[in-house]
Amino acid sequence: MLSIKNLHADVEDKKILKGIDLEVKAGEVHAIMGPNGSGKSTLSSVLAGRENYVVTEGEVQFEGKDLLDMAPEVRAREGLFLAFQYPVEIPGVSNINFLRTALNEIREYRGLPALEAKEFLKLTKEKQKLVEFDAKLINRSLNEGFSGGEKKRNEILQLAMLEPKLSILDETDSGLDIDALRIVSNGVNKLRSENNAFVIITHYQRLLEYIVPDYVHVLYDGRIVKSGTKELALELEERGYDWLKETYPVTENAR
Amino acid sequence: MANTVDSNEIINDFATKEYEHGFVTDIEMDIAPPGLSEDTIRFISAKKEEPEWLLEWRLKGYRAFLKQDLPEWQNFKLPPIDFQGISYYAAPKNKKKYNSLDEVDPELLATFEKLGIPLNEQKVLAGVAVDAVFDSISVATTYKEKLKELGIIFCSFGEAVQEYPELVKKYLGTVVPHSDNIFAALNTAAFSDGSFVYIPKGVRCPMELSTYFRINTQGTGQFERTLIIADEGSYVSYLEGCTAPMRDENQLHAAVVELIALDNAEIKYSTVQNWYPGDKEGKGGVYNFVTKRGACRGANSKISWTQVETGSSITWKYPSVILQGDNSVGEFYSVAVTRNKQIADTGTKMYHLGRNTKSRIISKGISAGHSNNSYRGLVHVGAKADNARNFTQCDSLLIGSECGAHTFPYIETKNNTAMVEHEATTSKIGEDQIFYLNQRGIDSEKAVALIVNGYAKEVLNQLPMEFAVEAQKLLSITLEGSVG
Repeated sequence: MLSIKNLHADVEDKKILKGIDLEVKAGEVHAIMGPNGSGKSTLSSVLAGRENYVVTEGEVQFEGKDLLDMAPEVRAREGLFLAFQYPVEIPGVSNINFLRTALNEIREYRGLPALEAKEFLKLTKEKQKLVEFDAKLINRSLNEGFSGGEKKRNEILQLAMLEPKLSILDETDSGLDIDALRIVSNGVNKLRSENNAFVIITHYQRLLEYIVPDYVHVLYDGRIVKSGTKELALELEERGYDWLKETYPVTENAR
Repeated sequence: MANTVDSNEIINDFATKEYEHGFVTDIEMDIAPPGLSEDTIRFISAKKEEPEWLLEWRLKGYRAFLKQDLPEWQNFKLPPIDFQGISYYAAPKNKKKYNSLDEVDPELLATFEKLGIPLNEQKVLAGVAVDAVFDSISVATTYKEKLKELGIIFCSFGEAVQEYPELVKKYLGTVVPHSDNIFAALNTAAFSDGSFVYIPKGVRCPMELSTYFRINTQGTGQFERTLIIADEGSYVSYLEGCTAPMRDENQLHAAVVELIALDNAEIKYSTVQNWYPGDKEGKGGVYNFVTKRGACRGANSKISWTQVETGSSITWKYPSVILQGDNSVGEFYSVAVTRNKQIADTGTKMYHLGRNTKSRIISKGISAGHSNNSYRGLVHVGAKADNARNFTQCDSLLIGSECGAHTFPYIETKNNTAMVEHEATTSKIGEDQIFYLNQRGIDSEKAVALIVNGYAKEVLNQLPMEFAVEAQKLLSITLEGSVG
């Protein structure tokens, strides 16, 4: 589904990603772990197509298409979803109106008719229950005045509504208390299927107790330095990240 | 559209008659030479067969106009205006006509298309000669009959002067005096035509009154005069303009609107202004300098202004309410959008004179490009206005980093029981917000439209339903290309 080959990317003339290789197949859950500043969030931003992230080398194929060639909204319509680390607030735009616009844009791209109000509401109700999203928040302005946990849960609701092929969860666990973490994880687990895939970016192993990954990768200094199964996450938890510095000396960052 | 046999005949009649005479060579057509003088005013008044008192009033306005200078308190540079270069009488207006839509600016047509304006209406708006706009005429005819049954008067100003001179004489100039400001004085001297509305006691006007449905309003734009009187216990909602961009050759628009609400009456006045804003440099756009004021003359009366301003190169207006009657209420809801080099300086004045009077001001400014958008408002509480209440909220939204937003709130209170609240915010459409929406499959144009409509929702909600939908579309279209 996703094939990243030798990906290099800069932010403001600083080399952040220095040759990433990653293969994600349908039905798989990959966890990417690493210390602060290793390039985890840069990777998610590059994949989603955020401005100011310049790819200098390498390629990314998504379902056989050149992902890097697509505008951000096209990547989304093709089925790539990013659950943001810091979801933005948009005053005056109701959550429900936003969801409907997004869903219908994606449906239109896929040649499907727009959902009628009745069907849409039914679907929303269904998904809301699935991810345990507070019904009161659905008519409020998008993320405005939401708590940190509510914002993250709203990301999972959107994920459930838009049914992407590949979901990237960027530090979704940061700032969540244990109950919210459980609810968010339950939601993701219910949405896992043979047809979709997840890339979970996290600093801590905690989230991976709830969402069990098939593969764990260690990102350090802009490269995946080690890959393994869920046991690797436990090892990282035990040893911390400091040992990486000795094993993999940092390379030049300036261009 | 339900048509009686009669109205069909009228339509046919009208259609063929117009066809016979054509649009350009009307026999009645006269154009006064450019420039304003007492002679021109006498000429205009005579052409319109006006009574002596109205001519005298025009002349008073003219003398007041001569004594006044152009304002200098504004925070933008006012280009010089050649008042003597304007022709003050042309009937019908010498608007450029086209033979077919093919000759019209394709950009304008694209906008019509997006707004979903029917073809016949597109032609009228763009100034293409058509035999008749069947829909609008039949609607207008059926409307007129229904209104007549209720005793509601809704006609052109000129018609009102002929048919209801006592009503006009009693109320004209009582809210906006002939010498109010230089543009109001100019309008008093040279007003072309406009609308007149009278709602009798206890009548609730069953439909939104709109100039759009009146057949005889074409070419009265430049110095329009509107007078609306809601008698005791009556209600009316009035819509000005339509959301399609009006082509107009006139550079200066100096209209005057006067509203009068008697005891327990309510007037709701909604405007969507979309005059030509000029090119990217602002050249050739309309100057929209309008004096709009309402008087809540009776106890428990209410006047509510709602405006969506997206057009004109300079918009300069302050729809205001004089709260004379005890317990009267004044409201002002505004969305002003500026882009390129547009300037909008708009706001309101609320004069609390009666007891327990309330006012509410919600102003939303949206600036893009190199434009400047100012809110300028006054809340005045007189010595006798016990328990006056005001709430003001002005928000500014910036798109890009080259535009400006300004707020000039003035508060004067002479009564210590007054409660005046003012809230203001300034925000920017963030790249983060747009990217977030992009990531959910929404392109940048739609993202901006969504954000802006969300921002302006409180005001758009005040518009009558159909108007609100069109205004939303208009906001989206206006801001196309402002991002990215």
